[in-house]
Amino acid sequence: MPMDEVAIDHHDSHDHKPGFFTRWLFSTNHKDIGTLYLIFALIAGVVGYTLSGLIRWELAEPGIGVMTQFVAGEGDVAIQNAKHFYNTVITYHGLIMIFFMVMPALIGGFGNWFVPLMIGAPDMAFPRMNNISFWLTVAAFVLACISMTVPGGPGDGFGGGWVLYPPLSSTTGHPGPAMDVLILSLHTAGIASILGAINFIVTILNMRAPGMTMHKMPLFAWGVLITAVLLLLSLPVLAAALTMLLTDRNFGSQFFAPAGGGDPIMFQHLFWFFGHPEVYIMILPAFGIVSHIVSTFSKKPIFGYLGMAYAMVSIGVIGFVVWAHHMYTVGMDVDLKAYFVAATMVIAVPTGIKIFSWIATMWGGSIDFKVPMLWAIGFIFLFTVGGVTGVVLANAGIDHALHDTYYVVAHFHYVLSLGAVFGLFAGWYYWFEKMFGIKYNGMIGGLHFWLMFIGSNVLFFPQHFLGLQGMPRRYIDYADGFATWHMWSSIGYAITLVATLIFFVGLVEAMIRRRKGEANPWGEGATTLEWTLPSPPPFHQFNELPHVTNKGGH
Amino acid sequence: MRHLIAAMCAAVMAGPALAFEPTDGALGFQPAATRIAERIHVFHHFVLIIIVLITLLVLGLLLWIIVRHNRKANPVPKKFSHNTLIEVIWTVVPALILVAIASQSFPNLYYQDVVPNLQQITDKSDKMIADGKTAQQERFAKDYYPEAAEKGFVNVKAQGNQWNWTYTYPDLVDDSGYPLEFVSNPVHVGISADADNYAGATGRTDFASKPRNLAVDYPMVIPEDRFVRYYTAAADVIHSWTVPAFGVKTDAVPGRLNEGWFLVEEPGIYYGQCSELCGVNHAFMPIEVRVVSQAQFDSWAELMLAGDYEAAYATVDVFASNEQATQFAAKQ
Repeated sequence: MPMDEVAIDHHDSHDHKPGFFTRWLFSTNHKDIGTLYLIFALIAGVVGYTLSGLIRWELAEPGIGVMTQFVAGEGDVAIQNAKHFYNTVITYHGLIMIFFMVMPALIGGFGNWFVPLMIGAPDMAFPRMNNISFWLTVAAFVLACISMTVPGGPGDGFGGGWVLYPPLSSTTGHPGPAMDVLILSLHTAGIASILGAINFIVTILNMRAPGMTMHKMPLFAWGVLITAVLLLLSLPVLAAALTMLLTDRNFGSQFFAPAGGGDPIMFQHLFWFFGHPEVYIMILPAFGIVSHIVSTFSKKPIFGYLGMAYAMVSIGVIGFVVWAHHMYTVGMDVDLKAYFVAATMVIAVPTGIKIFSWIATMWGGSIDFKVPMLWAIGFIFLFTVGGVTGVVLANAGIDHALHDTYYVVAHFHYVLSLGAVFGLFAGWYYWFEKMFGIKYNGMIGGLHFWLMFIGSNVLFFPQHFLGLQGMPRRYIDYADGFATWHMWSSIGYAITLVATLIFFVGLVEAMIRRRKGEANPWGEGATTLEWTLPSPPPFHQFNELPHVTNKGGH
Repeated sequence: MRHLIAAMCAAVMAGPALAFEPTDGALGFQPAATRIAERIHVFHHFVLIIIVLITLLVLGLLLWIIVRHNRKANPVPKKFSHNTLIEVIWTVVPALILVAIASQSFPNLYYQDVVPNLQQITDKSDKMIADGKTAQQERFAKDYYPEAAEKGFVNVKAQGNQWNWTYTYPDLVDDSGYPLEFVSNPVHVGISADADNYAGATGRTDFASKPRNLAVDYPMVIPEDRFVRYYTAAADVIHSWTVPAFGVKTDAVPGRLNEGWFLVEEPGIYYGQCSELCGVNHAFMPIEVRVVSQAQFDSWAELMLAGDYEAAYATVDVFASNEQATQFAAKQ
């Protein structure tokens, strides 16, 4: 990073903090809001992770068993209810993990905390809007939880998958109010994200410290900037699709109803025009985090900084023109499929640049294998595995066989559950001391990493085999020929469960021991601006802006 | 008389046939039953080799770095952050690899996705033979079956319903001009009454031999070595019709009529499962396709049109038992 020489003037002595309610409910401080987002994401993550536990518990053995424990009725009645309950579990697992765990943690949490610190700004551009963004996200989560408990049609909650395809999500499939509440929830979450995105774009474009040009900006800020632009452009399309669905459901419009001249496939096009950029929204901030960690612990500047930044830009741009690769089996024209095959495969090039640049950053380094670095290296390898299966699926010819099978489930969990989430934990351990002013226990962090690494691979790798054999997604019960690998997959989940408990043990241990944090625990490799501040940083920082001089390492 | 036909067919077809269903603990695809699936497998294995090599390269580099560029082995970090040549290489080489993949991808995509023009196939094959290009004709025949092309298409429509499939054969019409149309219900829906419901509905006693969550009461039946053009449609929500061994999957969308094709050479029982979330019983609307000889197919069709579904079923239920067939498949 370029800012090895910065002039800073702290005013730590003027560190007034407002009272509890003013501070945490009406918060306009980017660090407090970031902390709120992280706590929120932890809570939502536990909910989403519990739902995935139900899925793996049910699927451990053939037959319908576990889910009947959670629904009304006895015998065959309970089994019928369990089938719908299972569908709602997979639906809300997906929605919660995407909208209320990964996005709030990476963008709301780390983005709020570290974008202003890294670019040398006193706060976000619109602090009050920041507060609205957070509380709207909470409201959206509450609405999503309510939606789980109100009648959907075949039972409580909406059980049509996170993609919300009509007619299953229209009154044909789910006549009850659960879907309407869910639409309201997603609208609310969408507004929150759009406001947040505007805030980040304005902050990053206008509030960089003097001397910090765009081409000297830390890569995490680049990642969040591109993410924010993607959010700003893609979420309104989701909002439009949801609104059309809402009027179809309640006001007699026929946008997606073939009987009235509509087309259910139009919803899929609109949804994936949002949905594909969405997957990059979840991974680009993690790319940024991993870049900083790799550079810090290798004690080397990031290799090919500009290439890294523009690789993310091109991933963002191309990400908007590949959406229909999620829809190869809907009955598209073959020439259209050919285009989407070509466009999708192009994304592998900038992604490859990122992977190889991280490796080149480590090459010749003097690597310290601290906990964040373990997560970052784990991220690079597992994201590679998830990326190459993406190249397989990009080929419509193969995707016709693998579409909607567990191969797809394995692919996107490798890039999200083992990609975005590993990036998230990497950032958590990297910035833990900076954010909370206390040190975590490295032993516990390391144990968390290794158990998670082993567990999530045992969980998701066998799913490739299931998919190749033809195991379809979103099945509560499967043919007996799928039993072995489902069992292994559930064992993998159990290992990640231990890992997750250890994560919380580590959190509690750090809170009890309260080992005082240093301003820069990572040494010479940590060159971004947040390490020039004490840990935790003062309530208001950079009252006099730091000056970034031109003696960077590029 | 009908039962006599059934018994005769059974005698002709006494040998075990392939049952294509998932194999426990398997690592790859189900065995291919069509040229489409064969080509998918060849192409997939080509891509698989590439991605395994790339993954191993990344893993190898990471391990090398972990061993050689750690704090102990290399106390003083180097400071370089640019190398134009290597950056050009890792941009251009992946692009070339993608071109190599695409060169295989597009021919395969067009092969499986475009329903072939049978007249063109016949003409082209005849011309090759007339020109004496025997080798070329053999390669062509492997993909396009000129002999089958002469017989025209067998047309079947699969309509997805919550939660079963309705099969329509527009070319098989009864005396009043109505096409053959029947509902294919799942044998298993996960409840304890499954066995009784199946026996009650069909009067059969073979519940125990039916593969769980894969079998149906009245399967879709097609003749071997014939071009099958299938259409998918849906009555309520989106479903997806697929048979993994055929390498085909097409969504059944309300308001649309999608189409696809395949040709199966090997008689057998082939299973698939609905592949688009369609509500409560999504996991319980399997697809069962029985591929039989043309003679068997004709007698099946005749009995079905006459309304005697059980006798018709008996004509295509000649694969001694599923167990035997599975054992046979395992040996393959």
